[in-house]
Amino acid sequence: MSTSQEKPAESGVNYLNATYGIRSWLLTLDHKRIGLLYLGSITLMFFVGGMAAVLMRLHLTEPQGALFEPETYNKMFSTHGIIMVFFFLVPSIPATLGNFLIPLMIGARDVAFPKLNLMSWYIFITGAALALYATLSGGVDTGWTFYPPYSSLYSHTHVVAVALGVFIAGFSSILTGLNFIVTIHKMRAPGMTWFRLPLFIWAMYATSLIFVLGTPVIAITLFLLGMERILHVGIFDPSVGGDPLLFQHLFWFYSHPAVYIMILPGMGVVSELITAFSRKKIFGYAFVAFSSLSIAVISFVVWGHHMFVTGQSIYAGLVFSVLSFLVAIPSAVKVFNWTATLYKGSISYEAPMLYALGFIGLFTIGGLTGLFLAALATDVHLNGTYFIVAHFHYVMVGGAVMAYMGGLHFWWPKITGRLYPDLWARIAAAIIFIGFNLTFFPQFVLGYLGMPRRYAIYPAEFQVLNVMSSAGASILGIGYIIPLVYFIWSMCYGPPAGKNPWGAKGLEWTTQSPPLTQNFEEIPIVTEDAYNYASEATHV
Amino acid sequence: MSDLAHGAHPQGFAHQFEDVEQQRDAGRLGMWVFLVTEILFFGGMFASYTIYRALHYESFVTGSHLLKVRFGATNTYVLIGSSLTMALAIRAAQTGKKKGQIIFWLILTMILGAAFIGIKLHYEWFRDYQEGLIPGVQWFYNGPHAPGVKMFMCFYFFMTGLHAIHMVAGLGILTVLVIMTARNKFSPEYYAPLEISGLYWHFVDIVWIFLFALLYLIGGRYPGS
Repeated sequence: MSTSQEKPAESGVNYLNATYGIRSWLLTLDHKRIGLLYLGSITLMFFVGGMAAVLMRLHLTEPQGALFEPETYNKMFSTHGIIMVFFFLVPSIPATLGNFLIPLMIGARDVAFPKLNLMSWYIFITGAALALYATLSGGVDTGWTFYPPYSSLYSHTHVVAVALGVFIAGFSSILTGLNFIVTIHKMRAPGMTWFRLPLFIWAMYATSLIFVLGTPVIAITLFLLGMERILHVGIFDPSVGGDPLLFQHLFWFYSHPAVYIMILPGMGVVSELITAFSRKKIFGYAFVAFSSLSIAVISFVVWGHHMFVTGQSIYAGLVFSVLSFLVAIPSAVKVFNWTATLYKGSISYEAPMLYALGFIGLFTIGGLTGLFLAALATDVHLNGTYFIVAHFHYVMVGGAVMAYMGGLHFWWPKITGRLYPDLWARIAAAIIFIGFNLTFFPQFVLGYLGMPRRYAIYPAEFQVLNVMSSAGASILGIGYIIPLVYFIWSMCYGPPAGKNPWGAKGLEWTTQSPPLTQNFEEIPIVTEDAYNYASEATHV
Repeated sequence: MSDLAHGAHPQGFAHQFEDVEQQRDAGRLGMWVFLVTEILFFGGMFASYTIYRALHYESFVTGSHLLKVRFGATNTYVLIGSSLTMALAIRAAQTGKKKGQIIFWLILTMILGAAFIGIKLHYEWFRDYQEGLIPGVQWFYNGPHAPGVKMFMCFYFFMTGLHAIHMVAGLGILTVLVIMTARNKFSPEYYAPLEISGLYWHFVDIVWIFLFALLYLIGGRYPGS
């Protein structure tokens, strides 16, 4: 992420050119620079995880498997899942855009604990390096869920090293969440009341709650798993009185809320994009804000829907099923409110808006197919099939990654002070949308027809749909490479963006681009609600 | 940096804050949130413990009675005492006592903390090792309920081990506090590091109280039982 050769976009000093040299980046306490350090690290992880996905899809073009031994295939999907979930999706929006934007949006000079912020990046890098090393030097074949006994008795791969990497990276999440909670509570500018906060901040607050409450549990779970392997004792081994289901309970107690760690920040970003590009106040501010919190709260009591077919009590299953349906309510509140915001807005279709609209459509499909899986009877048919793979990719890639890309495009001029070519950005957004649907829609059909996930081979009758999916994956890959190219171009040659290229509301747009190291010349005093576009819009 | 505009501020003031009170509030809230994460961290372990205790109650009673309850009890008193001395150190800073007095209470807290770890290592874990009660390391227990007792001893070492790591971290924090006090960093206006470190220290004590009851006292430890 060295930008030392970059010229300032505007005359004058900003956070990018205030100091130079690798040390000034690696020892920085500036939340904006730390956000960029995360951006560089997780982009690398995204392409590593993406590479594993491409290889898997290539392998699956042939019913007997085109490339690998089944064992290698197992390592591929495990690597893909572990890297993408723990080292890309979980930190994606919070650690990059969240770090960069939270102080700017609430009118603060920095997060509450800058040193802790830098420390959490180093912790993340340590965990990521360990996991990368372990996956490249032999890999794991447990799947990203590390279920025993796959991970305890039957695996001869680097389970302990990868689990340790995830364990370490977890503390980075915890510290980031802690920092954000305190920052949002204590660092708001004068006049920035809770109900004047941008909805992105509400979403980040809800996300931070999950970071703080969920991540410690996965840490202790992976600790127990590691100890079981290292000391050869039976914590989860039924032959000595352990219970493998206990692992699943503890794992999903974190990992289901973690799904909302991935989607809630995306929802926050989309709330910003929809209002900015329809030039209208959000419809039902308080409902959108509280739906983020209620999603965070409900997320902690639905984990059992991952375990309907594990032999968990049928009564527990019933309760978890009903609770899982409840998640649909706040999610639908958001979708309806975004749609109502669009209604009679002056909509324009710049690249970030295309991503936001894509998000709404794809997240709706992802969310609604989740209801099929929350229903006990249909889940028995669909559990462990490609239907689930398609479902969570619609939420995580169609939802979280689309929002991440949209947010990156929206705030890129603020981050770098430079514009990117909008036409290319729109083309890339369209390619990603098409490639994504071609990749994952066939997987719904495959799953419904009964193709199980995580198998290296499949019956020949499924080949057409699998080839469609693989073709889509290659389009999707191209869609992700184009932004990488023009973002790098923009960093070096992009035209200056100015303070507020989108004419958007929000404190981050009132300071220069790129911002000063201390964010604002003077701490702003807030006198109006968020998204007050009414003063200038023609349609109200 | 950014605090140029704010004029003079007391020692320990960080640039991202507008005033000292904001900094103190942020530090305090930060520590409380951290303690919440700690509760969840230990909570995962306590939940697993509870489930296995319910599944293998007899084994857990047997295992519990292998522990050295006298030393566990002694350590409980030692730790509660250290909480008292920690509170007295904060009180001394708050009321503007001489720094020697603050350092005295801090060092006494450290001595009690170190005594806890010493007793744990020497009179408990080392003897457990000699008796072959450490799963995966030195294990030759072959009395009744052997698999369940092994499970219990796993949890005993994981939980007390995690707690001991927190104690060692606490001793590190106390060392820093002693140095800061010696360098006159604290005053009745600014003693936030002492206060929030105190929160941490008390938390670690409370965890021990739960550990003592849950690990050493299963099934009752009456004389002769």
